[in-house]
Amino acid sequence: MAEHIVSSYDNDLQSLRRRISEMGGIAEKMLVDAIAALVRGDLPLAQTVISSDSRLDLLQREVEENAILTIARRQPLAVDLRETISAIRVSGNVERIGDLAKNIAKRALAIGGPFQAHKIVVGVQNMSDLVLGQLKDVLDAYAQQDTVRALDVWQRDGAIDALYTSLFRELLTYMMEDPRNISFCTHLLFCAKNIERIGDHTTNIAETVYYLVSGETLAIDRPKNDRSIDVTKAGA
Amino acid sequence: MTSIAVTASNAIGNAAAADIHAPIRISVRNLNFFYGDFRSLKDISLDFCDRQVTALIGPSGCGKSTLLRTFNRIYSLYPEQRAQGEILLDGQNILSPSVDVNELRARVGMVFQKPTPFPMSIYDNISFGIRLYEKLSKADLDNRIEEALRKAALWDEVKDKLRQSGMGLSGGQQQRLCIARTIAQRPEVILLDEPTSALDPISTGKIEELIEQLRSEFTIVIVTHNMQQAARISQFTAFMYLGELVEFGPTNKMFMTPNKKQTQDYITGRFG
Repeated sequence: MAEHIVSSYDNDLQSLRRRISEMGGIAEKMLVDAIAALVRGDLPLAQTVISSDSRLDLLQREVEENAILTIARRQPLAVDLRETISAIRVSGNVERIGDLAKNIAKRALAIGGPFQAHKIVVGVQNMSDLVLGQLKDVLDAYAQQDTVRALDVWQRDGAIDALYTSLFRELLTYMMEDPRNISFCTHLLFCAKNIERIGDHTTNIAETVYYLVSGETLAIDRPKNDRSIDVTKAGA
Repeated sequence: MTSIAVTASNAIGNAAAADIHAPIRISVRNLNFFYGDFRSLKDISLDFCDRQVTALIGPSGCGKSTLLRTFNRIYSLYPEQRAQGEILLDGQNILSPSVDVNELRARVGMVFQKPTPFPMSIYDNISFGIRLYEKLSKADLDNRIEEALRKAALWDEVKDKLRQSGMGLSGGQQQRLCIARTIAQRPEVILLDEPTSALDPISTGKIEELIEQLRSEFTIVIVTHNMQQAARISQFTAFMYLGELVEFGPTNKMFMTPNKKQTQDYITGRFG
């Protein structure tokens, strides 16, 4: 893309991109650390995750304010307008991802230490690895304005939903086996839900990348495989 | 990829969206224009729809004002300027020598960048043109003038001083007086050549509001250097560069997802 005649316009858009890239890095790290804190029962690490969130919130506010200023100052059109609007959307999604990672860290604190039955947490970790891959890919797709990669992320969200459903079933089984499992299994269930929600935000970002580059909106419903509602139905 | 996507322009459904089924009022066919030996328009072919505002945009010298000036043959005041090709207004080629230019200019009115009131009263500014073409009784003439001033959103501001000089009005009022003078002739087409570039934002807003209202009766073609103005008030936009038509389409599409890189570079301020 050629540069603007007014170079400060390029600086405005670059600074939006830079802030979002920083936000993406923070959110990724928060998710990795939150899961590690959960699996290892590392309470200080959980605390670190919780305190990282304020930086993310601050960056999101800055992106929003600067995008609004850019609209007021430059009246962007075409790809510039799409970029400015996309910055507002993506920063909102990444900020929510940070909140969800923070929630997982809070659950780690609530559980208060390492798990007795380590195999229970493996499913959560698998799901988190999948979502983390999605998050990395979608942030790269945004930075490189790569619709192919964004569409790939968008289509893979169904796998996360399916994993969530099976994890839901598994946790339910543990709870039925031994009522002493109910407390931490419930916490884990919330963690799994938070991870699944992070997956939803990555698909939102994928949709924004597609719009940013092509000017078109992804119209049809994306594949969904969350069947956890059916799990507790009679005969399920 | 397109099977799972809808175009952005489809998603925008406001009242001012382009009516792609509107009948064609002006049809330009292979138009070339010469200032002496210099060819300033190159094979322009373009249709202008009835009761739609079409904006002509492009850098200075791209030929947009030249194109506008062919529609009422105002260029023919200058002997070294000539147009080749066809401009069909309601199917009739207005470039044909058999067309009476005076009659043509009553059908195709024009408003310029700088307000051009005549050094006479507000009333006479408007009656002057009407008297050239029609013999109206005093009462009919009064009615026609009031109607024109109302349509130009100027009546309330000048109704008590119709006998005062048009030169005493503010810039924005003078421009609306010129629009009133144009519409008093009951033209089919109104040409606006950067009508607000010399006006403050409030006067500009009034003219833009006026253009939106006039659209229900007239086919309007506007030349503007203000991208946001073109995006706000027009239904169709044509982007011209170096005498050629680069891209033409519904305004929403042109300003959100233009097809040509050249168009995108220009409207986003990237033109070198």
